[in-house]
Amino acid sequence: MEIVGEVFAWLTDPANWTGSDGIPTRMQEHVVLSAISLLIGLAIALPVGLAIGHTGRGAGAVVAIANVGRAVPSVGILGIAFTLTLPLVAALDLRNIGTPAALIALIALAIPPIVVNAYTGIRDVDADTVEAARGMGMSERQVLRRVEWPLALPVVLAGVRTASVQVIATATLGAILSTGGLGRYIVDGFARQDYPMMVGGALLVMILTLTSEGLFAVGQRRAVSPGLTSGQAHHLPEPAPGFGL
Amino acid sequence: MTDEQPFFRLDWIIDNADMLALATLEHIALTLIAVVGGVLIAFPVTIVIQRRRRLIGPVLGFTGILYAIPSLALFAVLIPFTGIGLLTAEIALISYTLLILIRNGVAGLDGVEPDVVEAATGMGFSRRQRLWRVEIPLATPVMFAGLRIAVVTTIGLVAVTALIGQGGLGFVIITLGIRRAFETAILAGVGLSVLLAVLADRGLVLLERALTPWARQRAQAS
Repeated sequence: MEIVGEVFAWLTDPANWTGSDGIPTRMQEHVVLSAISLLIGLAIALPVGLAIGHTGRGAGAVVAIANVGRAVPSVGILGIAFTLTLPLVAALDLRNIGTPAALIALIALAIPPIVVNAYTGIRDVDADTVEAARGMGMSERQVLRRVEWPLALPVVLAGVRTASVQVIATATLGAILSTGGLGRYIVDGFARQDYPMMVGGALLVMILTLTSEGLFAVGQRRAVSPGLTSGQAHHLPEPAPGFGL
Repeated sequence: MTDEQPFFRLDWIIDNADMLALATLEHIALTLIAVVGGVLIAFPVTIVIQRRRRLIGPVLGFTGILYAIPSLALFAVLIPFTGIGLLTAEIALISYTLLILIRNGVAGLDGVEPDVVEAATGMGFSRRQRLWRVEIPLATPVMFAGLRIAVVTTIGLVAVTALIGQGGLGFVIITLGIRRAFETAILAGVGLSVLLAVLADRGLVLLERALTPWARQRAQAS
């Protein structure tokens, strides 16, 4: 149990809270890389998912994206992104060889859950409700924006939450490509057999993940359209990751 | 690494076919241990919490937190206690299967029609008989859906255990591929891992069909 005290000592040592290898810097690198990837992934995946959900065309593509996203290991996506960026890194003589690869891999990982949930969320909106909106004279765009989108929002957010868990986790793994972020503490701590550093880094990653989970859980609850909060039947969530909390 | 080297070296694959086969077998073994271990824990838990429903929330909450923790962080936290090796790898891998297996297990049992359960009770089935001969068989499709997700997810996660000396195909992807900037190993490892996931998924679909012959008969009849 000595390790517990050592980890605490590492986490509270002021020397670990300053400089380019300090906890604030590493935390910031982790959050910034994850947030950028998530936002780019969202910008790509959301329109695609909404369009397929609204028109019903291309549903096969959603299934394919979901399957590929699940079957390709995240380390594999990192590896493939690494092979793709190697020539670029060499050509530009970049100092940080791993970051472009990590960025591409994280964007690629963020896309499937968001596409799938945006599609499912829109598709599962009651057909009668959509019909009623059309009957009221709404244009297709208005139907999507004012009826389908608010009703689908909690499901869409669940997808973003899943993507966020994946992105934060894989950003940690990015350390094997010598990127920054909290994964550095784990990979370097392991390599140097510096267990307090390794475990301390792991705890920081967990705090980051659970904070993100908590924020999304609150967001999801708030996003439920006010008209739907009363008399909602209790049912088990879909088998998609990130729902548990 | 010189520029003349081709992007994908088939000769390396051929020269290392034995090693790749061994890594694939190790990958399968690591996956099997994790999934069997996961089922052995998840199954009884599912049966208990489906009856005592106030436990569902806490159990899914806890397994949900486990599921959200990045694998590398979970390994790191376990290492000081369980060492660098198979035990640590499997504890982490098993803990990732639990949320999916338990959630689908409960959903499957919940989905059994109350009329059917009542009919079984009326026929004089004891609680245990009803569970094993009526409820669990009828919940099989939903439970299998969870099992498929758990297996495919585990196959993907096993690769990460290469960082703590296990890994199967993860050894090929990370140690031979990423660490040496060797494209062929990365692509070969990822390709085999995806192939494994697809085959395992197909295999489970066939197994499910074999276990639930009535589902097919009903589909044919309608």
